[in-house]
Amino acid sequence: MKILVCITHVPDTTSKIAFTDGNTKFDSNGVQYIIGPYDDYALARAVELKEQTGGTITVLNVGTVETEPTLRKALAIGADDAIRVNVAPADSFFVAAQIAEVAKAESFDLILMGRESIDFNGGMVHGMVGELLGIPSISPVMKLDVEGNKVKMTREIEGGKELLEAELPLVAGCQEPIAEWKIPNMRGIMSARTKPLKVVEPSAVDGLTVTENYELPPAKGQVKMIDKDNIGELVRLLKEEAKVI
Amino acid sequence: MAILVFAETADKKIKKSSLEAVSYAAAMGGDVVAVVLGQVEGGELDKIGTSGGTKVLHADDAKLNEGVIQAYASVLAEATGKAGADTVVLAKSSLGDAVAARLSVKMGAGLVSNVVALPQGNKVKRSIYTGKAFANVELKGSKKIIAIKKNAVPLKTDGGAAVVEKFAPSLSDTDFKAKITSQEKAKGKVLLPEADIVVSGGRGLKGPENWGMVEELADALGAATGCSKPVSDMDWRPHHEHVGQTGVKVSPSLYIAIGISGAIQHLAGVNSSKYIVVINKDPEAPFFKAADYGVAADAFEVVPKLTEAIKALNN
Ligand SMILES: Cc1cc2nc3c(=O)[nH]c(=O)nc-3n(C[C@H](O)[C@H](O)[C@H](O)COP(=O)(O)OP(=O)(O)OC[C@H]3O[C@@H](n4cnc5c(N)ncnc54)[C@H](O)[C@@H]3O)c2cc1C
Ligand SMILES: Nc1ncnc2c1ncn2[C@@H]1O[C@H](COP(=O)(O)O)[C@@H](O)[C@H]1O
Repeated sequence: MKILVCITHVPDTTSKIAFTDGNTKFDSNGVQYIIGPYDDYALARAVELKEQTGGTITVLNVGTVETEPTLRKALAIGADDAIRVNVAPADSFFVAAQIAEVAKAESFDLILMGRESIDFNGGMVHGMVGELLGIPSISPVMKLDVEGNKVKMTREIEGGKELLEAELPLVAGCQEPIAEWKIPNMRGIMSARTKPLKVVEPSAVDGLTVTENYELPPAKGQVKMIDKDNIGELVRLLKEEAKVI
Repeated sequence: MAILVFAETADKKIKKSSLEAVSYAAAMGGDVVAVVLGQVEGGELDKIGTSGGTKVLHADDAKLNEGVIQAYASVLAEATGKAGADTVVLAKSSLGDAVAARLSVKMGAGLVSNVVALPQGNKVKRSIYTGKAFANVELKGSKKIIAIKKNAVPLKTDGGAAVVEKFAPSLSDTDFKAKITSQEKAKGKVLLPEADIVVSGGRGLKGPENWGMVEELADALGAATGCSKPVSDMDWRPHHEHVGQTGVKVSPSLYIAIGISGAIQHLAGVNSSKYIVVINKDPEAPFFKAADYGVAADAFEVVPKLTEAIKALNN
């Protein structure tokens, strides 16, 4: 089976978010970059599927040269080769179109992505790629098994889950508990250095949206502490001050 | 030009978040046409008018009772043409996101999700970095899809009556290739992403046997229950209750956190709540910095007292 895993290169979940240049650019000063946590689940599941059924795993990122260490980390976790589409991601449609171009040329059986990126949280790219390729897109997927050509999935819905069956090829947006995050071992790290990382130039596509600038939320006021023996006061504040109960 | 709203259903009822989407579209001005897919209970369609809709397109085909992603996207694209709409508004949800993405490609429409306020011209404000910041985004073309977060606008309750029109979309077999074989849903419970009040518990509650007190408080408040990631990882609670960076992002009016330390990844899922109450026995717990009201004491003592006080208030 040929699996494609699309990964994002995003600030670590503990990062403090700040902007520069009159709030038009993300301030990457001191920020650690990681594989998106949901993409990490997708990759971990791909590694498990490869162990079961054989095949290859290609990881793909649409991004500039800074994302290469993140792609190398994915190679260390178990991908066989990497592709970087050499362009800054403009918006979800732009990224989806780039991914679809690569996928058309290579015909993957299964395309795994994260449920959402943790920078823009769109949860959109997998659906767009599915539509562009004319194949099903299922998200958010919390369980995925492949038997021959059949794929059985569990998808999270509000307040529960649903079971689905489909045939390859398809696109899935993954989330836990699809697999446990994998930490690269020493052998993986050594072999990642020599695994192929191909850089391809982007196709000419226009994004459909433009981000103009950024804002930070207003600072939170001081917390009001209430004594445990005066819970009636908490209820009064919720009713009369906050007016939420 | 009309605005089309995808009015999503759950258990044959129109979701409250979708009625917010109708109110949002109404506040944008013009004709608001809501599309309802699958069978619904009697009286449900009236809510569209009350929330500000002018027309309902109802495809009451049982084939559409379940949210089949590809089929929904095709049907919505057809409805957009029928209504002569260039803008689609919907509430962000696990189904809404999946459907909107495909619809945007079909329509060639710019799509922005997690929108938190009404548009200013072609610009919308959306939440990014899991609630840690906002971006102002311009939608370039004339066609657009706006997926809103809960509480982007107040729910309208004084609208008139909407005209209901039956809608028989063409359904193609290829759109039903991915088959839903079964669904499991908690019955009669307030859905977490929809809830106005959320009561959430963390590892401080020691074990699943102690959730009775969390549920009692939630019942007294008409709230949904949530939890931190370790709690769902340990299977104390179902996965769909896990709140945070890698779980459900909530934006209720009130979030009550019990025995949760307030790790940055948990806060990412709750930071757009209007008010936050933290109950934690450690006065240094980081969650207090993100809270409006705090009680630094043992949850096993505080929560039953709080439940009693709320019940007394309700009586
Ligand atoms: C990439 C990544 C993503 C993550 N995503 C998420 C996410 O989506 N959601 C999430 O929740 N976490 C997430 N985490 C985990 C997160 O970092 C924390 O580990 C987690 O939130 C801690 O859960 P907790 O507060 O329940 O437990 P703890 O940190 O163990 O806190 C328990 C708290 O309970 C208090 N307590 C103990 N006994 C009592 C008592 N009797 N009464 C009152 N208080 C008591 C303690 O003082 C303590 O503050 C993520 C981590 C990573 C690395
Ligand atoms: N720049 C990118 N390069 C590769 N994959 C991406 C990129 N952006 C998003 N994706 C994939 O699409 C998923 C959903 O992203 P989003 O729609 O931005 O929330 C991510 O989890 C990734 O798997």
